[in-house]
Amino acid sequence: MEWYWLGEYAPKLLSGTWLTIQLLVMAVFFGMLLAIPIGLAQVTGPKIFSLPARAFCTTFRGTPLLIQLWLLYYGLGSLFPYMDGIRSSFIWPYLRDAFPYAIVAFTLSVAAYEGEIMRGAFKNVPKGELEAGIASGMSRFQLLRRIWLPRALQNVMPTLAGEMVLTLKATPLAATITVYEIFGVGTIIRQETYRIYEPLLLIAGVYICLTGVIVVLFHWLENRVPKASG
Amino acid sequence: MKKLKSVLLGSAASLVLVAGVSQAEIRIGIDPAPYLPFSAESASGQLEGWEIQIADAICAAMNEDCVWVKTAWDGLIPALTSNKIDAIINSMSITEERMKTIDFSNKYYNTPAVIVAPKDSNISADAASTDGMYIGVQVATTHANYVEAHMGSATIKSYQNFDEHNQDLFSGRIDAVVGDSMAMQPFLESTEGQCCEIKGDLHDVAIFGPGVGVGLRKGSDLKAKINAAIDQIRADGTFDRISKPFFNFDIYGG
Amino acid sequence: MGWGDNLFYGLLATLEIAIGAYLLGTSIGFAGALGKINGGPVTRFCLGTYTTLVRAVPELVLILLLYYAGTALVNEVLMSLGYRPIDISGLIAGIVVLGVVQGAYSTEVIRGALQAIPKGQLEAGRAFGMSRWTLFRRITIPAMIPLALPGMSNLWLIVTKDTALLAVVGFQELTLTTRVAAGTTRYYLEFFLIAAAIYLSVTLISNLCFKWLERRSSRGMTSLGH
Repeated sequence: MEWYWLGEYAPKLLSGTWLTIQLLVMAVFFGMLLAIPIGLAQVTGPKIFSLPARAFCTTFRGTPLLIQLWLLYYGLGSLFPYMDGIRSSFIWPYLRDAFPYAIVAFTLSVAAYEGEIMRGAFKNVPKGELEAGIASGMSRFQLLRRIWLPRALQNVMPTLAGEMVLTLKATPLAATITVYEIFGVGTIIRQETYRIYEPLLLIAGVYICLTGVIVVLFHWLENRVPKASG
Repeated sequence: MKKLKSVLLGSAASLVLVAGVSQAEIRIGIDPAPYLPFSAESASGQLEGWEIQIADAICAAMNEDCVWVKTAWDGLIPALTSNKIDAIINSMSITEERMKTIDFSNKYYNTPAVIVAPKDSNISADAASTDGMYIGVQVATTHANYVEAHMGSATIKSYQNFDEHNQDLFSGRIDAVVGDSMAMQPFLESTEGQCCEIKGDLHDVAIFGPGVGVGLRKGSDLKAKINAAIDQIRADGTFDRISKPFFNFDIYGG
Repeated sequence: MGWGDNLFYGLLATLEIAIGAYLLGTSIGFAGALGKINGGPVTRFCLGTYTTLVRAVPELVLILLLYYAGTALVNEVLMSLGYRPIDISGLIAGIVVLGVVQGAYSTEVIRGALQAIPKGQLEAGRAFGMSRWTLFRRITIPAMIPLALPGMSNLWLIVTKDTALLAVVGFQELTLTTRVAAGTTRYYLEFFLIAAAIYLSVTLISNLCFKWLERRSSRGMTSLGH
C-alpha cells in the first residue's frame, strides 16, 4: 500500500470534503423544508395540491437519482442555446456552474422521500390531540404550527439521522456532473496516480467518519428534544 | 425454501464455471462513448470507426481472435492491470506517466491537439488568451495534462467523456475545449458544432508523447506480436486502405 | 430513432442484475439475520461490522472496491491454490457487488421481521411438539413474510435503481446505454426522459406486484398491533 500521494493531494481532499458537507447540509435542509408541504398536502389538501404532491413523490422515488441528475444538467443544458439572451441574464452564473444542479437534484430527491415519511407522520398524530386543539379555539394555522407540525416532526426525528446518511451516500453521484466532492477527488487521484485501492479506502474512511459524526450528532439532539409519546 | 436455495446455488456455480472457462482470445478494452471517427457504437450495439477497423486488421495479421470488452475510460488501466482485459485500443497516448504502470506497443497514429471555442471568441493557442476562462477536457487525458501545465490561469472542468464537454461547449457552460483534432471534426461538422471552430494547434512533445499506442500489461508477450502486426499492416497497404476513406492525410504522423 | 434495440438490451441487463442481486441479497440476509439472532458473540460482531460498514459507505465506493479489488482477490486466491485466474464477467461482478450490498440491508429487514413474530405463536408450536425444522417451516416463515414484505419491496426498488450506479464502472445497463445514445445523437433531453419513464414503469409494475403479494400473504392473519 502506498500513500505517497497524500501530501500532494491534501488540499484537494479537504476542499472535496467541505463540498460534500455543503451538498449534504443544503440538500437535507431545503429538502425537509419542501417535504413538509408535500407531506401535508397529501393528508389534508384539496386534490389540486395532493395529486401533484403524490405524483412528485412517486416519480422521484421511482427513478434513479443518477438519471435525474443527468436529465437536469445535460437535458436542461441542451436547451440553453435555444434561449436567447440567457447568457447575459443574472441567473447565468447559476446555470453554468454544476454545483446548483447537484443541490437541486439532491433537494428534490430528499423532498420526495421525506415527503412520503412526513405524510405518514402527519397521519399518525393522534386525532385526539388535534381535536383538543380545535376545541380550545385554535385556528387551522395555529393548530398546524402548535400541535400538528411539532408532533409530526417529533415522530420523524429518529428517521432524520438515517435520511442524512442516505443523502451522504448519494453525494458521490455529483462527481459525474463535474462537481468534485470527496468521491470526485478520489476519482481524480485514482486516475492520475493509477493507484486503485488506496484512494478508495481513504474516501471510504472519510464517509465512515462523516456517518459517525451524523449518528453522534443526532443522538445528542434526540436526548435534548422531548421524546414523542403515544 | 430449501429446494429454492439449492437451485440457486446450482445455477450460481454453473454460471461461475461458464465464466471461468479460459479463453484463448485477446480481450481488448474500449469505452463505448462516441469518439468519432476513431470509435463509436452504432444504434444496434456494433462498434465501428477507424480504430476498430485497424484493431481488427492487427488481430487478423496476428492470426488471433479478438473480443471487445466495453469498459469505462477511467477504468481501462485498472482493468488491464487486474487482468480483466489484455489490451487497450482506445486512442490512448503513449506517455511517461502511463508507462510507469503499463506498457505500450509502437504508435499506430499521431494527431495534434487543438483548442476549440465559439467562432466569436478571442481564445487562441496562446495561454494568455485563456485567462479566467472555463476550459473543458476529458479526465485523465494528455489534453487535461496540457491544460493544467500551460493554462493554469483558466478554470479547468473535467468531464467523464469527450461528447460531454462538447455538449457543455455548445450549451455555453464552458468557453473552450481542448481535445484531439481529428475527434473534433465530427462535432464541428454537426449541427451543434456550428457554433465553434478550431482556434489553434497545441504542441508539447513531453506531454503528448510520440502518439497513440496499444496499451499492454508490463511484460506482456503481446507487445512483440502487436508491433510485428502494426509493421505488417503498414507494409502491405492495409493501414492506408483503411485510412483513406477517413483521412486525406497520413494519420500515422511523423 | 434506431436506438430502441440498444435500450431494450440495456433494460434486460438491468433486470438481470437486479433480480440476481436481489436473490443473492435475500439469501445473505436470511443467513445474516439468523446469525445475528442465534449466533455467538463472534458471529454477531462480524455480522454487525458487515452491516454497519455497508450502510455507512456509499454504494458507488463499495461497487468500485468490490469490482476491482474483489476480482483481483479472487484471482489471487485461485492462483495461489494452483488454478488459472478466471474471468468474471461484468454481469456476475455486478450481481455479486449489488447482492453483497443488498445483503446488509436485508439482514436488518429480515431480522426485524423475525423478531416481531409474536412469541406466543412460537411457544404454541413447540408445545405441540414440533421439531425445530417443522417450527421454522410452518410457523416462522409464514409469519415472517408479511412482516418483512414492506421492507423487502423497498429493497427491490433500491436494487433496481442501484443498477444505474454500474454505469459508472462502464457496465452497459440501461443508464449507460442511454448516455451513450444521448451522447451520439445529442438528444440528451429526450433520451434521459425516456430512461426515466422506463424506470418509472418498472417501479410502478413492481409496486402492483408487491401490493398483491402483501394482500395474499396477510390472508387470515390477525392485525398485529398496527
